[in-house]
Amino acid sequence: MFVLVVGGGKVGYYLTKELSESGHEVVLMEKDRGRADQIADEIGSIVVAKDGCEGSALAEAGANRADAVAAVTGDDEDNLVICQMAKHHFAVRKTIARVNNPKNEPLFKHLGVDEIVSPTRMILGSIEQDIPVHELLHLASLSGDFELIEALLDDASPAVGRNARDLALPDGCAIVAIVRDDVAQAVRGDTVLRAGDKVIATGRPECEPALHETLIGVSAVG
Amino acid sequence: MRAVIVGCGRVGATMAQTLDTTGHEVTIVDLLTRAFDRLPATFRGNAVRGDGTDEDTLRRAGAEGADLFLALTEGDNRNIMAGQLALEALGIERVFAKVNDPVRAHAYAELGIGTICRTTMMADALLGALGQAGGGEPSIREGAGHHHGARSTTVPLAAAPADPVAVAAAREG
Repeated sequence: MFVLVVGGGKVGYYLTKELSESGHEVVLMEKDRGRADQIADEIGSIVVAKDGCEGSALAEAGANRADAVAAVTGDDEDNLVICQMAKHHFAVRKTIARVNNPKNEPLFKHLGVDEIVSPTRMILGSIEQDIPVHELLHLASLSGDFELIEALLDDASPAVGRNARDLALPDGCAIVAIVRDDVAQAVRGDTVLRAGDKVIATGRPECEPALHETLIGVSAVG
Repeated sequence: MRAVIVGCGRVGATMAQTLDTTGHEVTIVDLLTRAFDRLPATFRGNAVRGDGTDEDTLRRAGAEGADLFLALTEGDNRNIMAGQLALEALGIERVFAKVNDPVRAHAYAELGIGTICRTTMMADALLGALGQAGGGEPSIREGAGHHHGARSTTVPLAAAPADPVAVAAAREG
């Protein structure tokens, strides 16, 4: 696979290194000449000291035959432009953008960026997982706007004591598994839910309020 | 008309002042309070300090549903992103972003936002003053309108009369 990495900061540097070590063809674009030379000294002549936002520079770096372009500079606006240029001018199949402001995710998605990686969102996610609030936890975003969600049931949950098949789940929503006493298990229709169960469900983001109501109850702050 | 301007540099401040004196409602956004010193004391519009590529900031500044949005900071990509936010997220139909790289100015007009390119504009003006013909590329372009997802726009771009990348490469080469 030929991957074009744009942005020679820490993320771009290690990404290039790892990809190259695992046998992929990689070119790194870094517009700062000094930084580009420094990286080239360390990992070899796969560095193009040009601005990846420029169409002509992308062409020179081989964007037209790239299988993927990863825009990992520290600036959201640059990463957006890199991905859009890659997508629309070079028909790159997969564009990946690093996003610092999590609120930019919907815009980037709407504008055609294929994969969005938000370190801010990830750190936020791991903090939220450590807080025992009675909320739905986002475990992962799956493709097609689908989410993997976890809910911890307590005594007040309307789902406790009921069969899984009797739960009023919103359309397009499904319970995938439960984690009981730290052991994950598949859910059958006759599985009776208990307080302390962690319920793993999938669904679209708009199902969340209904899912919250079914699994956690309306009393919790949504 | 309600206008939002991002970037209170020389052009931004001039536009803000002119639109204000001609009776329009103007909000101007800049990262630095100092930039607002460029506005005259008589300016009646709103000056908001903040990042014009941040959706929250723009909403707080009341940008949603404005009639005109001008992104005039010094950064092409900042202007492009602010312009696309305005068009796609804030419901502003008439958007212009200053994009000094002619290749990007061409590309983004096709991707939706209007662009104005100082490079082409000044080169043509200077060549005109010298009695020579310019490059023939327009320096201001109307945007093609809303983006409809990556797949649909790939087609019209590929069918564009001139490939901007090839044009740029030929110029540089």
